[in-house]
Amino acid sequence: MPILHQDSVKKHRLKKDASILEVIDLRHDYPDGNQALNGISLKINRGEKVALVGPNGSGKSTLMLHTNGLLKGDGSISISGLDVVEENYSTVRALVGLVFQNPDDQLFSPTVFEDVAFGPLHMGLDEKIVKTRVQNALKQVNMVGYAQRYSYHLSVGEKKRIAIATVLSMEPEILILDEPTAGLDPRARRSLLELLRKLPQTMLVATHDMLMVKELFHRMIVLDEGLVVADGLTKDIFKDPDLLEAHGLEMP
Amino acid sequence: MNASSLDRYQRAESLIHQLDPRIKILLSMLFILSNVLLPDGAAIGFFLSWMLILLINIISKLQLSFILKRSFIALPFTLAAITVIFTLPGETIAEWEIGSWVLTATDSGLLRFLSILVRSWLSVQVAILLTATTTFPDIAHSLRHLHFPKILISILSFMYRYLFVLSEEAQRLLKARAARAARIPKEKARSFLWQAKVAGNMVGQLFVRSLERSERVYSAMQARGFRGQFLTLSPHHLRNKDYLIGVIGFTLLMSIQFIQFNI
Repeated sequence: MPILHQDSVKKHRLKKDASILEVIDLRHDYPDGNQALNGISLKINRGEKVALVGPNGSGKSTLMLHTNGLLKGDGSISISGLDVVEENYSTVRALVGLVFQNPDDQLFSPTVFEDVAFGPLHMGLDEKIVKTRVQNALKQVNMVGYAQRYSYHLSVGEKKRIAIATVLSMEPEILILDEPTAGLDPRARRSLLELLRKLPQTMLVATHDMLMVKELFHRMIVLDEGLVVADGLTKDIFKDPDLLEAHGLEMP
Repeated sequence: MNASSLDRYQRAESLIHQLDPRIKILLSMLFILSNVLLPDGAAIGFFLSWMLILLINIISKLQLSFILKRSFIALPFTLAAITVIFTLPGETIAEWEIGSWVLTATDSGLLRFLSILVRSWLSVQVAILLTATTTFPDIAHSLRHLHFPKILISILSFMYRYLFVLSEEAQRLLKARAARAARIPKEKARSFLWQAKVAGNMVGQLFVRSLERSERVYSAMQARGFRGQFLTLSPHHLRNKDYLIGVIGFTLLMSIQFIQFNI
């Protein structure tokens, strides 16, 4: 049976020197008039692992949904020098591995294999390449042998790992994770931390888990009311408890 | 209730389990078609069809009681056909007077009703066999390869995936209600209106939550390159064995028809 292939993701010459994610003066209003983002500018370089912290409603998730064009706002965003605009969506979405907070939203296929294959398949890749990519992605998250399992039979920790595998199979340039440690027991959290440490990709991770920030991320960006209120080395920001408290955060 | 309590698949190593799901689906549908084509009161045809089901049942290493127990589930629906007993012309076997109304049961009407009963009973059994020997993802894949409407298959797949999530959510809501409904006066708790109101609110809640979830799932799909068209790999390849069994199954069904119409 032939497989339908959509036009393949356009080959895009990545500028190796360009910062991997650049956001300039991004603003976004929700239809109900709520201002979610009030002019955010930030830059993430290749290989950096950055934490994005801030209270609920500070605009973390909204910002994340902008990075691959799921939401549109005013201002400009670019991924590896490529503007996030409608005609680039297919390329951009292959470059940005966005993992949602609830793995039940991320894993929507009956089996693990189908879910991990979904990304590469919809990038228009060949059947053989899709299969190798699924294998590689499962290997990276230590879940080889889970391919034929049903998603709803997995534990939360396993689901989170598979959710990460579903974007790793697209071989993205940057991983953007929303609350990866939320709802995990200590052991599952620990092993997820090890996984995040091991993965070589550039990372932007939204989280409330300050211990993880301290342990894993050299740089953090603090967001509050749709604005970047601090952006710097984690160890410097943690030296300023007043700043953290002013924005509803805790010291680890 | 958990996932496995809804799943009808019975794990086993058998010829039927390993058979290509496309062949299984086609043969099941042909079986139902052949069933429908048998005339009223085709005792031999029905009997042979039943024997065929028992044969497949034995080959697939399922317990005979497994199919039998579940096969009666659809029988209440055939009550919808009960009117044929009174509407078909034929010899009168009984008469009832209800007010000014006279209900006349005829022999050909009764025969047709019984035939419908047997037909649906047999058809349900073959469907149970299909779902007991084929996993859901396999069935969904095969339907796709058999060119069923994509949107219907996608809806089925999503339903299969989220049914359990939804039922867990419903159970959480039920627990939360029970936890807070400790001192409801008995008369009130028993009142139909009160229960209906609570249940209605709960259904509403579930609907809103599902709606929100569907938005998030759609975002997750778009984030991975979905542009309105589902693509899948083709994990099944027809082997000679599959073709052979397909042909044997088809021949058996044809012979049932042949025997019935030539005796």
